[in-house]
Amino acid sequence: MDPRRKRKLRLFVALGAAVLLAGALVYTSFSASTQASTPSELLASAEPGRSYELTGKVVDDSIEKDGDRMTFRIRDRDGRESLPVTYAGVVPDPFREGREVIVSGELKGGTFVAERDSLITKCPSKFTKDEQSA
Amino acid sequence: VAGLGSACLLVGLLTAGYAVFASVYGARTGSRAAVVSGRRAIYCLAALLVTATVVLQSAFLRSDFSFKLVADGSSTDTPTFYKLTAMWATQDGSLLLWALLMSLFSSAVLFLTRRSLREIAPWATAVLGFVAGFFLLLMVAWENPFTTLASPPAEGAGLNPLLRHPAMMIHPPMLYTGYVGFAIPFAFAVGALIARRTGADWIRATRRFALVAWTFLGAGIMLGALWSYSELGWGGYWAWDPVENASLMPWLIGTAFIHSIMVQEKRGMLKVWNVSLIIATFVLALLGTFLVRSGILDSIHAFGASTIGRQFLIFIAVVVLGSVALVIARLDDLRSEAKLDSLMSREAFFLVNNLVLVGLCLVIFWGTFFPLISEAFTGEEASVGPPWFNRVTTPLALALVALAAIGPMVPWRRASRSGVMRVLRWPLAVMGLTLVGLLVLTDAADSPPALAMFCFVALVLTVVAQELARGTVARRTITRDPWPRALSGLVARNRRRYGGYLVHAGIAVLFLGVAASSAFQQQRDVRISPGESFRVGGYDVTYERPTAAIGSDSAGTGAPISFGAVLTARRGDEVVRLHPSRNFYPSQDASTGPIGRFFEGEATSEVDVRWGLRRDLWVAVRPDIGELEPAIREANAKFSDSADDIQALVIAAIVERYRKDPPPAAFRGIDSPLVSWIWIGGAIVLLGALIAIWPSPEARIRRVSSIYAARLGKELTRA
Repeated sequence: MDPRRKRKLRLFVALGAAVLLAGALVYTSFSASTQASTPSELLASAEPGRSYELTGKVVDDSIEKDGDRMTFRIRDRDGRESLPVTYAGVVPDPFREGREVIVSGELKGGTFVAERDSLITKCPSKFTKDEQSA
Repeated sequence: VAGLGSACLLVGLLTAGYAVFASVYGARTGSRAAVVSGRRAIYCLAALLVTATVVLQSAFLRSDFSFKLVADGSSTDTPTFYKLTAMWATQDGSLLLWALLMSLFSSAVLFLTRRSLREIAPWATAVLGFVAGFFLLLMVAWENPFTTLASPPAEGAGLNPLLRHPAMMIHPPMLYTGYVGFAIPFAFAVGALIARRTGADWIRATRRFALVAWTFLGAGIMLGALWSYSELGWGGYWAWDPVENASLMPWLIGTAFIHSIMVQEKRGMLKVWNVSLIIATFVLALLGTFLVRSGILDSIHAFGASTIGRQFLIFIAVVVLGSVALVIARLDDLRSEAKLDSLMSREAFFLVNNLVLVGLCLVIFWGTFFPLISEAFTGEEASVGPPWFNRVTTPLALALVALAAIGPMVPWRRASRSGVMRVLRWPLAVMGLTLVGLLVLTDAADSPPALAMFCFVALVLTVVAQELARGTVARRTITRDPWPRALSGLVARNRRRYGGYLVHAGIAVLFLGVAASSAFQQQRDVRISPGESFRVGGYDVTYERPTAAIGSDSAGTGAPISFGAVLTARRGDEVVRLHPSRNFYPSQDASTGPIGRFFEGEATSEVDVRWGLRRDLWVAVRPDIGELEPAIREANAKFSDSADDIQALVIAAIVERYRKDPPPAAFRGIDSPLVSWIWIGGAIVLLGALIAIWPSPEARIRRVSSIYAARLGKELTRA
């Protein structure tokens, strides 16, 4: 094979491989992703049996602990609508009323039943100043 | 005093503007005086920013709460070490730190290159002044760290307890030093493009700065991981959090850069690639700084929309567009001086290594920004979790470690397959033995990726050992030195090369820890009472008794109350005592009551780790203080108006009650094999990098003798 054709072929193979890899990346990421929904979105259109990530703020005075289990309500970040959540497992350090949290689980009869240990609290940033006065 | 700080910033902004103007003028007209003046303006800027920092730090030390920053981020009872480091716990303070480091680095590089790079340096000065000016503008116009309060509070809010960990206080300046350090090669690359001096001069002048930046950024990432492991109560060291990713991405591209510039130095190839890499590194460093502040992605670090997100985005856009336009305009000057001779050559392996590193960065970039991508395409904000990251990065990491072993063994230009195989004969044999040994003696085969990683790690380590041995033998036959002397002489004379090998070995050791701990760690979460036990991995852990202490937090973080537990862990004959605890910091929220505020505030886990070379036993405790609530409520009502010392006694009584009559507590135990090797590997990388950075004695002698030669030449021409 003459060198020019060889180089062209090589380029073609490399480009093809890159396209394939990029396709695989796109495909796996879209199929592995979970959707984060707010309480109002879930209330409007939750399919039974499907797993969701619920995100929002913990409603003030809504946390009730019962041994390892606890219940609380999550509301929209800037809204009124809220959902009751039951949760069991590890509670992250910064978990508080009024904090932003993410929890995975599914909606069963109006209550969001969370998977064990799925609670994530978004930390009050070291860069936000008004957190403690708020 | 705050006025002095603000004045420093304003004058600094003007100085930076002057530096840009004078340097550009000097470069265009060839006026040396203007160029020198521009350079000195940068020194001046450094002096101004040092002054500003001293003003701010002394305010922290004096607990001067008329500074808004001090009132928000410190308090009189914050330990001194944390007072000094509280500056970068705030947005304005970290901007000042950025600008300070930037001006110091710029001054250092401009001082070192003051006699060389006459065409490039003025343009680089202008770029550095422009970047520093942007940060000063942010502070002057939007986020002044010297904002004062008209009515200063009597007591400050205190430093966020989560940040009270030594690693956390060194981690941000290290990351920033890394980010800022990459601005230096970036500025010189841009300068070289503008001046059309696209040889390897700018690379030689700033290579060491790139290495320093790379080292600091890497060390900063490691410290962040160590903090996560030993301070955050979840037990992991890497969570693929957007901000973690944001620091890893410039490090990966920076790694590609310090590899591929060798190709340009040696063969004059890959010029476009190199300038693109350094531009990408700097842009990613800016993006990392931006991500921490913007709040556009959910992360443990950043929350609450910042006021300067938009400015950052505009600046990044300007840098990207300007750089890309410049590279395109100079494509003619960036033509390769040589062609790739063979795929079996050092150049080709560098190229493959670069592709893997860039690929890794692209994958992480995609995952990090996936919420935005998915929202753009589907209208729904979805995210990919750590499992996705682990799955897609594992093959790339395996490839990277394998390349780290083979790459250095392939000669430049053209190699014969049999020659390379001859060099790799022993390492491949050791790798085979490792594979057989692991299959027979352990259950490593349960995780094929981990098994493959162990084999590649063995390959890298044998290659490095073989290279050191070969070099030492060769040196001994020449110098007839004893073995240790021959080895140290060998390394000292080829610092860049053997430092690099050591970095490869360190990375391999680090991946040994990562692979073993992520594939074979065991974790248990339980809720038990004193006297009960649980089993995690090979350990039987018994909850002996609770602890409760006031004002005696062992880590010195200034927590008034800590509840904990004494645990005994048994594994065969090995008996270990562990004392995890949880610190409670008073809340500033008055609604929790005068007594309750001591229990309702922030709480952080003080985990206890039994560090070991073979395995770590990691435990955290979460005391359930719910049972104290009635007592706290009662005390709130009864003692709300009592004197401070009475209240202190009441708190002590409540704390004592927890110790006497403990409710069940929640524990997390992790048995994690070989995880310590991550930190050991990191330390080896650091050592190797330091060896590579350190100027070799020959270089110093060469420099000195060239100065003498120049002087002699001058005398001779005069004579």
